[in-house]
Amino acid sequence: MDVKTEIIDILKDVTGLDNVGADPDEDLFADGILDSMATVEVLVTLQDKFDIEVPVSEFDRSQWSSVNKIADRVGELEN
Amino acid sequence: MHNITPYTSPTYFIYLLLFLLPIMIGLFYGKRFRVYETFATLVILVITFFGGNMSQGFSLIAYVLVEMIIVLGYLRYKRSPNGKNNFWVFFWAVILAIIPLAIVKIDPLMNNATISLFAFMGISYMTFKSVEMIMEIRDGAIKEIKPWEFLRFLLFFPTITSGPIDRFRRFQKDVLNVPSRDEYIELLKSGTNKLMLGLLYKFIIGYVFGTLLLPKVSLLALSYRDQAPLGISWALLAYMYVYSMYLFFDFAGYSLFAVAISNFMGVKTPMNFNRPFQSVNIKDFWNRWHMTLSFWFRDFIYMRLMFFMMKKKLIKSRITMANIGYVALFLIMGFWHGETWFYIVYGIFHATAMITNDAWLRFKKKHRQSIPSNKFTKCLAIFITFNVVCFSFLIFSGFLNTLWFS
Repeated sequence: MDVKTEIIDILKDVTGLDNVGADPDEDLFADGILDSMATVEVLVTLQDKFDIEVPVSEFDRSQWSSVNKIADRVGELEN
Repeated sequence: MHNITPYTSPTYFIYLLLFLLPIMIGLFYGKRFRVYETFATLVILVITFFGGNMSQGFSLIAYVLVEMIIVLGYLRYKRSPNGKNNFWVFFWAVILAIIPLAIVKIDPLMNNATISLFAFMGISYMTFKSVEMIMEIRDGAIKEIKPWEFLRFLLFFPTITSGPIDRFRRFQKDVLNVPSRDEYIELLKSGTNKLMLGLLYKFIIGYVFGTLLLPKVSLLALSYRDQAPLGISWALLAYMYVYSMYLFFDFAGYSLFAVAISNFMGVKTPMNFNRPFQSVNIKDFWNRWHMTLSFWFRDFIYMRLMFFMMKKKLIKSRITMANIGYVALFLIMGFWHGETWFYIVYGIFHATAMITNDAWLRFKKKHRQSIPSNKFTKCLAIFITFNVVCFSFLIFSGFLNTLWFS
């Protein structure tokens, strides 16, 4: 399974919405899909799944606001 | 000469623009006059804190030195080759950084003039900045702070007394950079617009609500207080709306000044308000009202608490966890406003509103088909949110304390 599919699965689990990630550039914060709580849940799950460290300080919303962007960040942090 | 509170008198604006002029000319020609910026900052700080009673100024110096030792000391610990990321070192750095503010906040309860050693305008906002730096140092997001960078960030005079609360890394990006001519002209334009809007907000609309109307409705509400239980009257309702409007226009006006002056100096200080009275629910409201403060609380208290609880698996239910977070966040916010019953109740009220809102959103999600969503329901949502918010400001105003207990 590729990174994006896994991220979409995580987002679906956290938000309970089935159509998340249909558009990988959709702004997850502007459209109210993710709130602070859901964000933390996504971060914690990403940490466990990909074995990366995402400090909350590094969590600049504009950099994590869509499926594509999350995939980019995860890619960066994995290296 | 008295201390001049920033942005309250025409004199302040005249001094300010006079001192800013060389900086603005410099930026226009692609130069940052760093020595002059430092000089202007010093003069403006002296005018602000050393006029009349000098004790504010000395407190400011003592406070800044203490914070600098804590923040840079923590940075040094974090960077030392055998320095571990020990939780307790971090914990005590944060506690030490907050102690001066805590003393100032507890002071009114003690009625002891000698312990208000650290009282000066803006101590809260400088503490927010210091704590932010410590947290980001712990996360490894901030790797380097030079002493003068620390001072420049903490003592950035446009926002020194009441925010907006900027972040160190964002601020550094602006001050290390010289905007291009086009960018700077854009900044001048938007800064001028904000300055004008700020004048309208604070000195005209805010004045009408705060100085002309508020004392009248206040007297009226007090005169009716024996007519009904709890002093409830139409005048009290009027007080609620008038106070809410005053609070918004006064503070939004001030915030616009602070952002405008920052813009003139080539710094894009974040905005504090984004049409808060058009919020469709209370969560939306906190993303639009005093944004730099609520985002600070979100990022440095709420999210970290959630992260901690989730990682340690302290509580199973997500809902309970989120609710505990709201109560903690808004209680801390209440205590930060001041140690009186009405600020604490204000905090509890908002926590309750957030919890209720979350429950409603969950219910709505489950029954998406059967709940209508159209223009009318949106207006209704805005109307309800507006009134909930105004009621919370009535609590916040402390007027109920006057009405009921004095």
